[in-house]
Order: sequence, then C-alpha cells, then structure tokens
Amino acid sequence: MKTITLFFLIALTSSPSTIHCRTLIIPNDANLIESTCRRTPNYNVCIQSLKSNPASLSADVRGLALIMVKVMASKANDGINIIRELQRSGPSSALNSCAGKYNAILVGDIPQATQALQGGNAKFAESAANDVANEATFCENGFAGRSPITTQNNVMRDVSVVTAAIPSSPTLHHPPPPPSNSLLSFIPSLPTTL
Amino acid sequence: MGSSTTSNESNDIPCSYIPVPDSPDAAGAAVEPRRQVKGLFVIFCGMLVLISLVAFNGYYRASNNGHEQASLAAALTKIIVEESGSETVPASSRWQQAASRGVSAGVSEKTNRLFSSSNSNGEMYPWNNSMLSWQRTAFHFQPEKNWMNDPNGPLYYKGWYHFFYQYNPNGAIWGDIVWGHAISRDLIHWQHLPLAMVADQWYDKNGVWTGSATILPNGEIIMLYTGSTNESVQVQNLAYPADPSDPLLIDWVKYPSNPVLFPPPGIGATDFRDPTTAWLTSQGKWRITIGSKLNKTGIALVYDTVDFKTYEKIEGLLHAVPKTGMWECVDFFPVSKEVKNGLDTSINGAGVKHVMKVSLDDDRHDYYAIGTYDEKNVKFIADDVKNDVGIGLRYDYGVFYASKTFFDDSKARRVLWGWIGESDAEYADVAKGWASLQGIPRTVALDTKTGSNLLQWPVAEVESLRLRSDEFKDLKAKPGSVVPIDVGTATQLDIVAEFEIEKEELEKVTSESNVDKYNCESSGGAAQRGALGPFGLLVLADDGLSEYTPVYFYVVKGSDGNLKTSFCSDQSRSSVANDVVKKTFGSFVPVLEGEKFSVRILVDHSIVESFAQGGRTTVTSRVYPTRAIYGAARLFLFNNATDVSITASLKVWQMNSAFIRPYNPDQSN
Repeated sequence: MKTITLFFLIALTSSPSTIHCRTLIIPNDANLIESTCRRTPNYNVCIQSLKSNPASLSADVRGLALIMVKVMASKANDGINIIRELQRSGPSSALNSCAGKYNAILVGDIPQATQALQGGNAKFAESAANDVANEATFCENGFAGRSPITTQNNVMRDVSVVTAAIPSSPTLHHPPPPPSNSLLSFIPSLPTTL
Repeated sequence: MGSSTTSNESNDIPCSYIPVPDSPDAAGAAVEPRRQVKGLFVIFCGMLVLISLVAFNGYYRASNNGHEQASLAAALTKIIVEESGSETVPASSRWQQAASRGVSAGVSEKTNRLFSSSNSNGEMYPWNNSMLSWQRTAFHFQPEKNWMNDPNGPLYYKGWYHFFYQYNPNGAIWGDIVWGHAISRDLIHWQHLPLAMVADQWYDKNGVWTGSATILPNGEIIMLYTGSTNESVQVQNLAYPADPSDPLLIDWVKYPSNPVLFPPPGIGATDFRDPTTAWLTSQGKWRITIGSKLNKTGIALVYDTVDFKTYEKIEGLLHAVPKTGMWECVDFFPVSKEVKNGLDTSINGAGVKHVMKVSLDDDRHDYYAIGTYDEKNVKFIADDVKNDVGIGLRYDYGVFYASKTFFDDSKARRVLWGWIGESDAEYADVAKGWASLQGIPRTVALDTKTGSNLLQWPVAEVESLRLRSDEFKDLKAKPGSVVPIDVGTATQLDIVAEFEIEKEELEKVTSESNVDKYNCESSGGAAQRGALGPFGLLVLADDGLSEYTPVYFYVVKGSDGNLKTSFCSDQSRSSVANDVVKKTFGSFVPVLEGEKFSVRILVDHSIVESFAQGGRTTVTSRVYPTRAIYGAARLFLFNNATDVSITASLKVWQMNSAFIRPYNPDQSN
C-alpha cells in the first residue's frame, strides 16, 4: 500500500506539461491566458478569442498563439465569403484586390504562422501575423472611405495584431521532455482502496 | 520560445475538452457557428486565385491620377521642398505643397500633388505583371522561384564556390525548409544544383535549418546544421559530401548517428540553433559556438570536439549580453590588424582581433563587436563594452539578416553573405511567386584607420559585370537642386561617387549644440532639410520625380567645428504604391580628416545596396517602384541642404546580368 501511495504522490507532483486532462490533476495556470492577453494590444479581443476555445485552458504560450492563428484563419475565411457575396453584385477593383489580399492571408500567412509556431521559430509567425494586419488595412484603404467590409477588416486586423504580439511574450521555461511518462500509465489501473 | 511541449499535446486531452482540429480551414470550430465544407473552400480558393490572376494580368491599368506635369526644364531646377509631417509620423505621411523659396535665384518652383499615407484614404495601387516581374534582379543570387532565407555553409572547394541556403520548395513563404545549393567560379555567376539536403529524417523533419561548414586541414568537409525534429526540438546534426572527389558536391550524407548535439540542461528546446564554423584550440581540438538565451540574455554556448561526432560542453559561455534576447546565426572569426587579407578561422594571437557577430531574433538585425578572444578562459571580450554585441554596431542598417562569413583561402579573404528579405506585402510575394535575395558577397576586414569598425565591400568579381561607363566631374549642386545624371536607363548600375561641401560656405554655417541629434530612421528622410544636408543621389527615379530613392549624407556641425555625418537610404518616396515599406534606414558614418564623402551604390532592380566611406557604414534596401522601372528609371544628383552647395564627381557603370541559371554540364562556367 505504501508503494502505491508513493506512486500516486510521484504522479501528482510530476510536471504538469506531461499530464493529460484527468479530474485529479491541475491544468496549466488559467492566469496564463490573462497575463498573455495583457501583453497584446487588444486584451478583450485576445480573451474572447482564446476563451472561446477550451483548449486554451491547458495550452502553453505557444499553444495560445496557435489557437489565435486558427481564429485568424477563421476570420480570413469569413472575409473571403463576404467578399464573394459582394462580388455577386458587380465588378469592383477594390473588391478584387481585397480578394487577392485575403487569399494571400490564407495561402501564405496562415501556413507560415502555423509552421513557425510549431517549429519554435517565432519571428516568422510574428511577421506573418503582422502581414495579415497589413493586408486587411490595404484592403480597407482600397475603398477610399466607402468600404462595405469595414467591420470585417477591423476584426481581421484586431485578431492579427493580437496574434503577432503573443510569440514574443516571455514563455514559461519548460524543462526538456521527460524521459518517459510510463509512471502515469499506471494510474488508471491503481486500486481505489489504498 | 522555451517550451518543449508541442501543440499535439492538446489533442491528447480526452475528457471534457473538444480536441482542437489540426487543419486551419476547419479552424475555430468552437468559435464560429458557420462551418465551411472543405471541398467548397478549396473551390472558393481556386476561383479567387483565378480572379486575382486576371486582376493583375493587366485588366486594371496603372492609373495616371496626379501624374507629374514636369517638363525636363522644370525638373532640372526642381526644388524638393516638401516638408513631411511631424517627426513621429513615418515618412509616408502627407505631403504638403512647396513653400516659396526665393534664396536660390532663377529656380522655378514645382508643387507636388498630395500623397496620402497608407493610414488614411490611400490610393490603392494595383500591381500588374509588368511591375512585379521587373522586381527580379539581374545579378543578385536568388533561386528561380519560391522562398529563400538564411545563407548556409558557404565554402570554396576544388575550384568552385558553393552556396547553400534555406529554401521552401513549395511556395513564396517561409516553411518546409530544406537546403538549396548553387555553385560559382567567381561568387557572381551562379548555377543552380539539386537540393543538397531535404527533411527526410526524424531529427530534421520539421526543418533542415541553418548550419556552417568547416574544412579540415586534410581537405575534408564537415557540415554542421540545425534540425528541427519531428517534435520541434532543435538539435545539431553532422553531414558530409557523399563523394569528396565530386567538385560539385551534389550529394550529401547525414551521419547515421545524428543528432550529435541536443539542447543541454537549462536551455530551451527551441533556443538552440545555427552552429558555427569550427576553429582549432591550442590543444588541437575543434571548437564551435551555438547561440541561445537565458531569459532575456543572449548567450553563446561552447562545445569542443575531436571528430565532430561527440562533443564536450565547455563550462561557461563564450559571451553573453543582457537584454539582447535570443542569439541566432552566431559568427565568430579573427581579423588582422596588420594586413587587409582575411584570416583562417583558427588564427589567433598578436596582430589579430576577433569579431563576434549575432543575429538578434527580437529585432531582426545583425550586430557585431570587435574585441579579443581569450582562449585560455574561453571568453570574448569586446573592446568597447558600451557597444557590445547586440547593442552597438550593425553590419548593415537596412534589410540584412542571418549573415554568415567564410574564409576563402583561394584569395585569402573573408567573405560575408547576408539574407535580404522582402519589404512588400505577402500578397505581392504570392503573386510574383518568389521572395528574398542574397546581398552581393562582401569582403570583411578591420578598418585599421578607425580600429573600431569593420569595412565591407562588394567582392571585386562584381566588377566583371561592368559594361560601359559614364563619368561626371565636378558637378555643382546648389541648395535645393536636382541635377539629372544622364546614363540612359538606370535599373542595373554600379555607382562610385564623391562629394565635397563648399569650404567657405561650410565655415559660415552655425554649429549645433547637439551634434548627435540626427537619426536617419526617425528623420523625415531626404525631404527634411538641414544646413548641411541631405545631399546625395536619387536612384530608381522617374523623370517626373513621382518615385525616387534618395541615398544621402546628412552632416551636422558641432560646437568644436567637427562634423558628424549620417548616411541614409530613404524609401518613403520609392513607390507610389502604399503596400510597401516606406522607412528610412541608416546610421552615423565616420568621416576622417581629409576624406571626401564617398559612396558606392549597387542598383539592381528591387535592391539598392549602398556603402559609405569605403564600407564603414552600409545600407541595403528593397524598393518597388511602379513607374521608375524598365526604360523609365533615371538617376539624379540632389542637394536639399539649405546653406551649402556641394560638388560631386561620379562614375556610373551599366551592369550586365549574371545569368544565374540551372547548372548545365555543357557550359564550362
């Protein structure tokens, strides 16, 4: 019984980053979302975007950034759809230009940001997210004050400036990957009586 | 990013959480009520790409709104008098109309149209195929298409210069990185070879990243490079030529027991990359350094090895500088105090200084410091700690990153490569199908006259591209004047110019209390007039001066009569398009007693590389004119100072193409 207790205690105190969601184990600090968002230019957009994705509660900073990239992609999809709708009403050089810019976001910036974050090369994610904000701005400017998609462009820009700010946040210093988590696989099979 | 966990971990969460989908197009499943069916999405994308192609294949012509009405006579005596807005507003801010300047007699005024910034109701400038394809360079290294970044493993072997580079075979963005490869006899005429290394091992699955070559005394080539593993951990790997008797070094072998180095304890799994060329220690071992960080302190780790397969981590750090952040692409090499030649990486001793160079991840600039290498204590000590690595001098004050030197023993010189990224929007890169250039390789040597900076100069072989030249002696430019330099078209040029300020006028100029006050980057560029500047050249200009790129000197006279000179390149008027970078780059440049103001400029379509005072300060910039292209590009001399005239002498060569192309065994060179 003492051995079992010992195993249990060791498992409980193991690095949180290796522990999957189990009802007994503490997930990553929920304050991470708030402290990360405070470092971005738009706290509210950041919080709304992240909290709408439950994975954010157990994500590290890089995971949060990746969630923001997915939000960015989703907003870009919205943008393309709205532009397509509007293009049905007739040709417009500004709309066509916007379509090209939103397309570049989807085929260029989003894949670059995703791969850069996954690979730990944050600056390419930052420059991609910054470019997204630029593309939305250029799209908006093309209408010379009479844009039918101002709301969409603003949303795109807000989400992307938040995304750009996250990779440069100080990251939690995680230790190198542990040799194995074989101890944890014992937990489900531990008898409940100790 | 010190985290060693991967995003895949979130997919392991089994209980109350919805797994995060992997693919971006199904993104935000929990956020958006509306979902896209993947197939429809693909069709949408395809149609939009088609629409974009039609749009910029000339369907929308360049507009002629606000086109300059200037005649050549007016242009000859045109005043550049536009004041930009406040100094906190970037140079792309609104132009105002010219004020009357009666000082320079006989000068007619020219008002410029208003030019709006990208922050207000900008005139959207549609790119067309002609403008985009003009941007490709004639004599700068670039692959036929797609994305490139860091230079890798440059070396000279069996009569060929080899150049490797970070390359994305799949698109004009960073990603899927592998090693491209090219060869040349002269560092200028390049031929593309097949990819040297691809991401075919678990330890470089997520990227075959930057590395350096070491050539052993017996001629053996060692390549060390960073791999991003299948779990995105940064490790160091060994590779070598499959066939050392093949001078083209086409095939490469990865050491079967890779990786040879893992991130050490205390170092983040994604903070460990870009191993250097090795140098010999006095104990006969090979030593390398790898950049990293501890919190916000940039550091250089040290490893010794005998066989490049097993390594001993040396205690301590070669160098560290607080608050500089992650050190990428560290370079460490000796320079001679006595001779102009370069030195083999292993040289040390009297008559030798050492240079430590880093690429700062945080600001994407390359910095260096000159100092001494204390071999016994494994320490680099900067001569001037106030200007230590990462807080002092930069190789280049424009677009120039991830640079790397190698010792070319065939010509006893140290040669510097630098990655020149784009300064346009992703949309344009996707449309034109490529992104990034390499700078013209430069020799690097200690400036023995100042002792406190390096000199960089384009390798002599670039001069083999020079075609006919035009020489202009003692051209005089009064305050507020623009003088056309008639060289025909001006898109591929090598310019060498010297300027002098009229001595008597200089003596009358009031001195300033703060001689350091001018800063290229926060200035109003060439439109901000001072008593003694700006003056220089307008490159990639059109006749009507609606687009131009000033490369200039700005001099400030101090209370002791001494002059402090800045050297800048101003991109704010380089294009009427609003989706390009419009900054001004530059820095101070030492000008010694008796020296004229001298500059060399290489103009090659969308890249301008400028070298002041023999290479003491350099600025590389990317420009994307829409009108000053092809036969419409011109060159002008200008003087926008208020109090002094300048005299300029220059020689301008038309530059041939380097005909960079895929390797053809039937052609000898």
